[in-house]
Amino acid sequence: MSKQPNIDTSPPVSDEIRKTTCYMCACRCGINVHMKGGKVAYIEGSRDHPINKGVLCAKGSAGIMQVNAPSRLRSPMKRVGPRGSGEFEEISWDEALSLATSRLGKIRKEAPEKLAFFTGRDQSQSFTSLWAQSFGTPNYAAHGGFCSVNMAAAGIYTMGGAFWEFGQPDWEHTKLLMLFGVAEDHDSNPIKMGLGKLKQRGAKVIGVNPVRSGYNAIADEWVGITPGADGLFITSLIHELLRAGKIDLDYLARYTNAPALLNSDPNDAEFGLFLRDDDGKMLVIDRKSGKPTAFDKKGVQPDLRGTLRRAGVTHEAAFHSVAETYLAPEFAPEAVAERCGIEPQTIRRIAAELARVAFDEAISLPIEWTDFRGETHSEMIGRPVSFHAMRGISAHANGFQTCRALHILQILLGSVEVPGGFRFKPPYPKPVEAHPTPHCQSNPMAPLDGPHLGFVRGPEHLALKPDGSAARIDKAFTWENPMSSHGLMHMVISNAHAGDPYKIDTLFLYMANMAWNSSMNTKSVIDMLTDRDDNGEYVIPNIIYSDAYSSEMVAYADLILPDTTYLERHDCISLLDRPICEADAAADAIRWPVIEPDRDVRGFQSVLCDLGARLGLPNFTNPDGSAKYKDYADYIVNHERKPGIGPLSAFRGDGTETGRGSVNSEQLDRYIENGGFAVTHIPDSARYYKPWNMEYQEWAVGMGLFDTPQPYLFSIYSEPMRKFQLAAEGHGERQPPDHLRKQVHDAMRPLPVWEEATDDEGGEYPLHALTQRPMAMYHSWGSQNAWLRQIHGRNPLYVPTKVWEAHGFQDGDWARVTSRSGEIVVPVAHQAALNSNTVWTWNAIGKRKGAWALDDNAPEATKGFLLNHLIDELLPPKGDGLRYSNSDPVTGQAAWFDLRVKIEKCAAPDEPQPAFSSLRSPVGKGPKDLAWKVGS
Amino acid sequence: MHPAPSVIFFTVFSGMGFGLLAFLGLGFPAVTGLLAFAMYTIGFGFAVGGLLASTFHLGNPKNALKAFSQWRTSWLSREAVLSVAALLMMAVFAIGAIFAGVHFTIVGIVGAALCIATVFSTSMIYAQLKTVPRWNHVTTPLLFLLLSVTGGALLAGQVSFALPMLIATGAVQALTWYLGDSRFAQRGSTIETATGLGMIGKTRQFEPPHTGGNYLLNEMVYVIGRKHSMRLRVIAITLMSPVPFALLLLPHNHIWAALAVLSHIIGVVASRWLFFAEAEHVVGLYYDKR
Amino acid sequence: MTELPTSTDRKLGLVIDLDTCVGCHACVVSCKGWNTENYGAPLSDQDAYGAAPQGTFLNRVHTYEVQPPEGAAQTVHFPKSCLHCDDAPCVTVCPTGASYKRSEDGIVLVNENDCIGCGLCAWACPYGARELDQAAGVMKKCTLCVDRIYNENLPEEDRVPACVRTCPAGARHFGDFADPESNVSQLSRERGGMDLMPELGTNPVNKYLPPRPKQTEEIDILAPFLTPVAEEPKGFLKWLDKALGGD
Ligand SMILES: Nc1nc2c(c(=O)[nH]1)N[C@H]1C(S)=C(S)[C@@H](COP(=O)(O)OP(=O)(O)OC[C@H]3O[C@@H](n4cnc5c(=O)[nH]c(N)nc54)[C@H](O)[C@@H]3O)O[C@H]1N2
Ligand SMILES: Nc1nc2c(c(=O)[nH]1)N[C@H]1C(S)=C(S)[C@@H](COP(=O)(O)OP(=O)(O)OC[C@H]3O[C@@H](n4cnc5c(=O)[nH]c(N)nc54)[C@H](O)[C@@H]3O)O[C@H]1N2
Ligand code: SF4
Ligand code: SF4
Ligand code: SF4
Ligand code: SF4
Ligand code: SF4
Ligand SMILES: [Mo]
Repeated sequence: MSKQPNIDTSPPVSDEIRKTTCYMCACRCGINVHMKGGKVAYIEGSRDHPINKGVLCAKGSAGIMQVNAPSRLRSPMKRVGPRGSGEFEEISWDEALSLATSRLGKIRKEAPEKLAFFTGRDQSQSFTSLWAQSFGTPNYAAHGGFCSVNMAAAGIYTMGGAFWEFGQPDWEHTKLLMLFGVAEDHDSNPIKMGLGKLKQRGAKVIGVNPVRSGYNAIADEWVGITPGADGLFITSLIHELLRAGKIDLDYLARYTNAPALLNSDPNDAEFGLFLRDDDGKMLVIDRKSGKPTAFDKKGVQPDLRGTLRRAGVTHEAAFHSVAETYLAPEFAPEAVAERCGIEPQTIRRIAAELARVAFDEAISLPIEWTDFRGETHSEMIGRPVSFHAMRGISAHANGFQTCRALHILQILLGSVEVPGGFRFKPPYPKPVEAHPTPHCQSNPMAPLDGPHLGFVRGPEHLALKPDGSAARIDKAFTWENPMSSHGLMHMVISNAHAGDPYKIDTLFLYMANMAWNSSMNTKSVIDMLTDRDDNGEYVIPNIIYSDAYSSEMVAYADLILPDTTYLERHDCISLLDRPICEADAAADAIRWPVIEPDRDVRGFQSVLCDLGARLGLPNFTNPDGSAKYKDYADYIVNHERKPGIGPLSAFRGDGTETGRGSVNSEQLDRYIENGGFAVTHIPDSARYYKPWNMEYQEWAVGMGLFDTPQPYLFSIYSEPMRKFQLAAEGHGERQPPDHLRKQVHDAMRPLPVWEEATDDEGGEYPLHALTQRPMAMYHSWGSQNAWLRQIHGRNPLYVPTKVWEAHGFQDGDWARVTSRSGEIVVPVAHQAALNSNTVWTWNAIGKRKGAWALDDNAPEATKGFLLNHLIDELLPPKGDGLRYSNSDPVTGQAAWFDLRVKIEKCAAPDEPQPAFSSLRSPVGKGPKDLAWKVGS
Repeated sequence: MHPAPSVIFFTVFSGMGFGLLAFLGLGFPAVTGLLAFAMYTIGFGFAVGGLLASTFHLGNPKNALKAFSQWRTSWLSREAVLSVAALLMMAVFAIGAIFAGVHFTIVGIVGAALCIATVFSTSMIYAQLKTVPRWNHVTTPLLFLLLSVTGGALLAGQVSFALPMLIATGAVQALTWYLGDSRFAQRGSTIETATGLGMIGKTRQFEPPHTGGNYLLNEMVYVIGRKHSMRLRVIAITLMSPVPFALLLLPHNHIWAALAVLSHIIGVVASRWLFFAEAEHVVGLYYDKR
Repeated sequence: MTELPTSTDRKLGLVIDLDTCVGCHACVVSCKGWNTENYGAPLSDQDAYGAAPQGTFLNRVHTYEVQPPEGAAQTVHFPKSCLHCDDAPCVTVCPTGASYKRSEDGIVLVNENDCIGCGLCAWACPYGARELDQAAGVMKKCTLCVDRIYNENLPEEDRVPACVRTCPAGARHFGDFADPESNVSQLSRERGGMDLMPELGTNPVNKYLPPRPKQTEEIDILAPFLTPVAEEPKGFLKWLDKALGGD
């Protein structure tokens, strides 16, 4: 045998590591960017980072192909061809900014609401909203409305915090995790890491999802529910638990509004509202004294059975309503089984399993803590059942109530903010009362009267004009969807086109591909964007757009403000916004230019600082009229929300202060030295029971999360919702128009009860149609990534066995899929582990020809497709001449997953239908071959 | 397996070329001078041309010399070594025959043996592969050797030898197909053994690992054209065996003889195309394709 | 060179846990990234932005559906890279000696300086673990990150393969199978680590942990948990009285 070659097993890995934050999804993992010769050589996860602790997903690892994608925009551009052609002329930044300034300046002088500024999934919303507020338009929101506002709002209204990435199961202690409708989520890597931990410990995972893929593939039990029925399933679990008395009475009495006294007199104008004392505090019956007492009085022991007659009106603990509602036979497993597609015995067994683990396998941590009533507890009792859910339950028109039902289930089991249960991440928990209410008062040359988005507590907070019409272009916070806390991004184009509630001048979009994958009914949105009025002018007169890449949306804008990629700019992942906290720590992070752009592009936030100064906006201009912030980095360091509180919480003041502290000009450097992030741990005895744990509350005040402690009770019963019902019943000053009284009354039930999400098209459109996010793709922008597009370059429609066989489908077949609003012709594939009434496909793989610097014959365009063509942003006309959006009637959340279709086999066309003409690429096409290596 | 034209050419022509050289080395016919020159040109042309063609199949031909190093373990390396040895040996023999009119008998015999050994090692490159059950059998070397000898006999004009060989080749070809058709199943590799998931139940691919192409799919999961395989088999065996046989039975004539050779070559090329195209690599199991 | 060592001092390899892999492809891409920048020629891509993109990857994640005799079909994500076989047929077929199995740790490697790109080793591998790079013309395969696991320029905790380091679910484990007490040996023992296509006699080093049985417990065991305390609200409230030690 000859000698083995000598190989160098210790080659140098890189010249330098620069630590920053990933951007390929909303998870925001820490990354080590290995540099060679000033170039990005390799990206790996950062081990110290609180989110990902070293791991990195496929998208994150493919960042190098994102930063070098041929589709990157290279310079500001002015449209020269008709909208949608893709014909542009490159212009200078000076020209671009003066074009924008003169148009926006005019709007601001005349009617600021004629600017609609909507941003996509970026997380600089505290900054962009400040800009919009300073401009004075009421028309600002980010993507939450079409994303998962049901989840956010239901969580905050019910328990002062939500799933998304705002909380997490107690991965260390939980013994049973139930996942509802999650394919990937914003907390991507933490969920995977958490599942891995559960697997290692042998904890059980139950996946509730029509599709068994991804997380559901490794779930120990898969519940293949029929879409839209989770609320029914969950309330049935609640029914079983109540019937068996398997609920945490102590927890309910102490930490929820279940013992709070409700006006129970149907004839009273306050029927269904809580009895309050003169300080506005809810009253409970104290078990010791038997007397009505403020819920938070020192030593009070609230009685779940409490009743009180006062001034001739009966008041009963809200828990009476809970029991009455959910013990009704309509919630029995047998009654719900068929609609859910789950056997009654399965429902019963899962209820029993939840009960067993919560109560028989309860755990206790020997940690002493003191609650807000002053009582000290020697231990922390844990109910080791946890839940997580995301768009699968929220992206339905019954999603808000479904999410509420799930939270009520968690609370009944006593498994929120306890060891083994679900835990909040700072700045949550945070009661609704600590959130702003929406503001919409706009005047020329003046800032808005307050933040745009917030949480209504009753009809008085709706964003209505004096005549009762919608103040906002997206009709958020109106009777159609009163609790639309994130706005309704999916309605902006459609409403602006219809001039309903009014016409606008400029649509200013930032990183939202509204001409393609984030629109319902893409084709008609394209038509709206290109529609002209009788004078030949575009119906939506002016569109300004900031993108970093040559997306489909670029072609539909008049002015393009090209952004940098994520490695070329400053960003701030702030506690004021959507931070990167863990349940045990507050944490925030930055991005910083680890490389300089090689094109004439600018970070969008810096551009907004510049535009703000040119427009003379308050908050962006010094008294002498000069620009307040040189760029975004300057803003991050120097902006203060309140004295001592800025976008970044750590290294304030002299560099040692955390949470509160004066501006530190070296703050960014300190973040960079620290790995691009900062973590502040929560003291041990403050780690659980946070809403009621005084040590946590005080820690939060110290961190600047609140100004005073904010302990609160969970809202099993939602009083704000009841207030809307009262209005619908005819009480109060602001009442819904008659055609909406019933809708409001049905939708705003203070205890969630399931309703069918759509008027069941059952007969004609028997199948539910869904999308899922592929783990290795990010919406539309993964496809420009040379590595990722080899993994998911096209998408079939997956069809369950029953349907596959009934239609005689075979591999390679195509089908015509029809909904009430459209038709597509697409390739099909078979999946056995799929709910038998459901078809689905991967989200946003299909691409428009000519976009993303891809070849016209790219499989993304010639085989990939969007389901969006079948989804409508408007419901079919109801005959009253009004337009109703395909949204949840509580929050306005886009009901992506209520889609019903029928399917038939058909001959294979050349490419999926509908087919679109090719866009002209403003950046040319990508190179043929790649052999990427920056080192030698 | 992907029927790469270079490999088909290489194996068909080098096989025949070495066959012819072997006959010449053994003195059938014992030609000299110009005629020898012509015949050796054909023999070396086929053998060397085939070998050269095979280098088109290489991703990195500049290292080709290294392929001689592993003769102890690698059939491909053995083939390289043997082919060069065979060609050198036969070159000495040919030089004698052409220029001196002498036949170095020992050299010829050794050369002929080396030629046959070369063909055998070529065939063993395929026959050794457990991953391609259709090839992994004695019929592979048998057929390769028969084809080489038959082709050689035809080219060498050894009609009386060629006639029975044509029949034998056809028979072995038919037998190869017949046995080969069930060999994948006999090997027992299934998607269940490939994934180990058989212990749970019947397994199928749900999603491929990549929608883009890759080397494996191009090279080893070649499924195009298999639906024509029955027709091609008939054509291949007919042209390879009975047609040249019949042509050779016709009154002796160069045209018929040339046509017989041509027919045989076309038949063998078709057979060799099928040899690859029909060969299923076990890796296809991972893609639920064969 | 293409002779296999009769035994290796260590047997380095991976354990892949099919019960934990969620099919995220993170390992696929981090492997691509690391190996593009490191050992040997970069992993190239052809028609990268075109109609038929294809490139070299050393690790791929398949997805299968398995139908057990009873119950719903199961979905299994199945990562696959070189198994560093003890009886590696890819090594013995190699004409140049480019393919070899390291005697010190059993890693099967291709020495690109010797490789002629004949493809025979890829034919010999049952598992599709080798891909011929179309730009460099040399054979590429999993190196078990030989340039990471001993790399003194990396912090010690990072001296693991890129795919192992990145796997968010922790479904990949790296270690020495020659040591019966190593993490991989133990895992494999406890969870029934299996060989792929054992009938081909390759004796893979890498082991796969089968998905755990997805059973659902019998209702009877749990039935007592749901013994009703009340069928209707009134009864429930009475029970509540009692439960709370009511007066
Ligand atoms: N059928 C169906 N449709 C859906 C969904 C679904 O489940 N099913 N999901 C919906 C949901 S939840 C969402 S959030 C939306 C997402 O939809 P979008 O937010 O529209 O989609 P993205 O692909 O994230 O792309 C937004 C744009 O941001 C650009 N971009 C990327 N990086 C940068 C950058 O650094 N700077 C700037 N300025 N721009 C950048 C991209 O090029 C792209 O054009 O899709 C929605 N659409
Ligand atoms: N890799 C990757 N990660 C991402 C994104 C991405 O594009 N790619 N996008 C990010 C964004 S913007 C968002 S909003 C999050 C969303 O993250 P997810 O909420 O995980 O989003 P979806 O992929 O839409 O998954 C919805 C899941 O719900 C299931 N489902 C649908 N209807 C029902 C139902 O009625 N009941 C139940 N139980 N299940 C149902 C679907 O089968 C699917 O599995 O992901 C974020 N993370
Ligand atoms: S989950 Fe992936 S894409 Fe998202 S931030 Fe983390 S590494 Fe980046
Ligand atoms: S898996 Fe394939 S390439 Fe790896 S050692 Fe085994 S046979 Fe060789
Ligand atoms: S491709 Fe390279 S490594 Fe593989 S057998 Fe041929 S020479 Fe050896
Ligand atoms: S060990 Fe290294 S080379 Fe092998 S699959 Fe993992 S990352 Fe790729
Ligand atoms: S990274 Fe881990 S979980 Fe993801 S596909 Fe690879 S092995 Fe599976
Ligand atoms: Mo989203």
